[in-house]
Amino acid sequence: MSSVAMAGQLAGKGAADAARRRRVRMEGGVRRPGWVTYLLLGAFVLISALPLYYAFLLSTSTAADIAQQPIPSPIPQGHFLENVQRVLDAGIGFWQALLNSVIVAVITSVSVIFFSTLAGYAFAKLRFRGRSGLLAFVIGTMAVPTQLGVIPLFIVMSNLGWAGKLQAVVVPGLVTAFGVFWMTQYLSEALPYELIEAARVDGCSMIRTFWHVALPAARPAAAMLGLFTFVGSWTNFFWPFIVLGSTNPTLPVALQLLQASYFKDLALIMAGVVLATVPLLVLFIFAGRQLVSGIMQGAVKG
Amino acid sequence: MTWRQRLSRWDVRSAPYLYISPFFLLFALVGLFPLLYTGWVALHKWSLIVGNQGFIGFGNFAYVLDQPRFWDGVVNTFSIFLLSSVPQVIAAIAIAAVLDANLRAKTFWRMGVLVPYVVAPVAVSLVFGQLFADQSGVINSLLGTSGVDPIGWHADRFASHVAIATMVNFRWTGYNALIFLAAMQAIPRDIIEAAVVDGANRWRTFIGVTVPLLRPTIIFVVITSTIGGLQIFDEPRMFDTFGLGGPDREWMTVTMYLYELGWAGQRNLGRSAAVAWLLFLIIVIFALLNFWITRRIASTDTRSKRKRVAR
Repeated sequence: MSSVAMAGQLAGKGAADAARRRRVRMEGGVRRPGWVTYLLLGAFVLISALPLYYAFLLSTSTAADIAQQPIPSPIPQGHFLENVQRVLDAGIGFWQALLNSVIVAVITSVSVIFFSTLAGYAFAKLRFRGRSGLLAFVIGTMAVPTQLGVIPLFIVMSNLGWAGKLQAVVVPGLVTAFGVFWMTQYLSEALPYELIEAARVDGCSMIRTFWHVALPAARPAAAMLGLFTFVGSWTNFFWPFIVLGSTNPTLPVALQLLQASYFKDLALIMAGVVLATVPLLVLFIFAGRQLVSGIMQGAVKG
Repeated sequence: MTWRQRLSRWDVRSAPYLYISPFFLLFALVGLFPLLYTGWVALHKWSLIVGNQGFIGFGNFAYVLDQPRFWDGVVNTFSIFLLSSVPQVIAAIAIAAVLDANLRAKTFWRMGVLVPYVVAPVAVSLVFGQLFADQSGVINSLLGTSGVDPIGWHADRFASHVAIATMVNFRWTGYNALIFLAAMQAIPRDIIEAAVVDGANRWRTFIGVTVPLLRPTIIFVVITSTIGGLQIFDEPRMFDTFGLGGPDREWMTVTMYLYELGWAGQRNLGRSAAVAWLLFLIIVIFALLNFWITRRIASTDTRSKRKRVAR
């Protein structure tokens, strides 16, 4: 590994990449698998993608055609834009729901990143009494089914006048035990004590040290944490369904409304499904790589 | 000591507690307090509309435990959970084994198996609800062309559980496969090579060496999916338009019952809270049982290993 790093310093990125490639090929003396392996994997990925393609096919069709033909033709029909327009006109406040989903997902992601990094930095790098006990407590709370506290949470939110308002969904998600644990794990390895001490010697206060040293060092893990939080928030249903209701929905709640009012009109419902899913699929194309490595790193550490 | 030094010392002492306090504050407010307060609400006659109407002791618990529907919910929840967790773990390990081969375009395949994870459970359920439609569904039509009678996915209790478990498996199998893949790659290659040198074929190496070494990861996946799986709501809620879990509550889960009591039918938060506490107890007992069983298996295993070494 050190030789690769050195090549990077001496000859720039291209040479380092070439050296890495050579290394991989050499140590990967394991032979390439045969076509059966690709066939099996391809089949699994295809099966995973088919339900989504099926939803898209129905969204390009009409309710009448769907009723006649249970198995749709594999070629998309021409009614997609018309169905999308009908979703927008359906009286479920689609634009509002999209905006709400974006607001909730963005705020919770940024907040989870910030507060988790802050706590993770303290747990990983600062010495204080009760550190290990408190960290064990944080990890323990991950096993608590907090979803079962919805009834008092609903009573409190109603008393605050927050029922039907976005803060009722945002506030409970501002920081998570998983996030704190994740950032603790990452920073304890990725952030050298020397950097912190150097900043302290230079006269940085504790919070400035955090801001200028810990936060930049946490960036790769923070990006992954942000992605997971975003996906979790975007797909969340139970609590928004209870506390937001039909007046101010997020996208999953809007889909439920769509189904409740137009259950016979499958082309319309599937257009709604497609519209609610496409934003995350686009995000996945750009950031799926980070999600994959996030899951795999979390698995080894956790 | 100057005030500057004093300030700096205070800064160093208090900073860690300050930094971890947001988590603990929020957990206390939206995690711990609601769970405890649920117990309080459960001991009162408490309606969604008019609020607290006085202490009634264990009346809500007695009511809920006396309802056949509650027990239906418990059975349905466990049935769906078993149908989703057991095949899912097996399939995920198999896919991880395939992904662990020296593939071309690794990242593409890894991303490929993860696609369903970004689809919201509500959307998954709307799509699968149609795939599994009793009359004009794709699956029954395909079964029809191969001469099998249509299955009442929305009428038969067990069939509806299979359909809902399929949705859960659709969304999580690839995700768990990546977890198992990471665990497989952490296994030192020389252990595998030693087995191969000893003459074990690939299948025997996999079953005899790789899978036992995955045990901690299997325990991790099973326990995390227990906590989420026993609270399942989204998929069964959206499986039909009415959201009550079927005409005879064939696929109504405990969390759906909780919702129905509190917000949909009786609007009785006291009874709903009793269900929440009972489900909490069930999850705790089940998790402890899980933990105890896996620990027992693990310890008998190390004992037998020690014996082997002694010989």
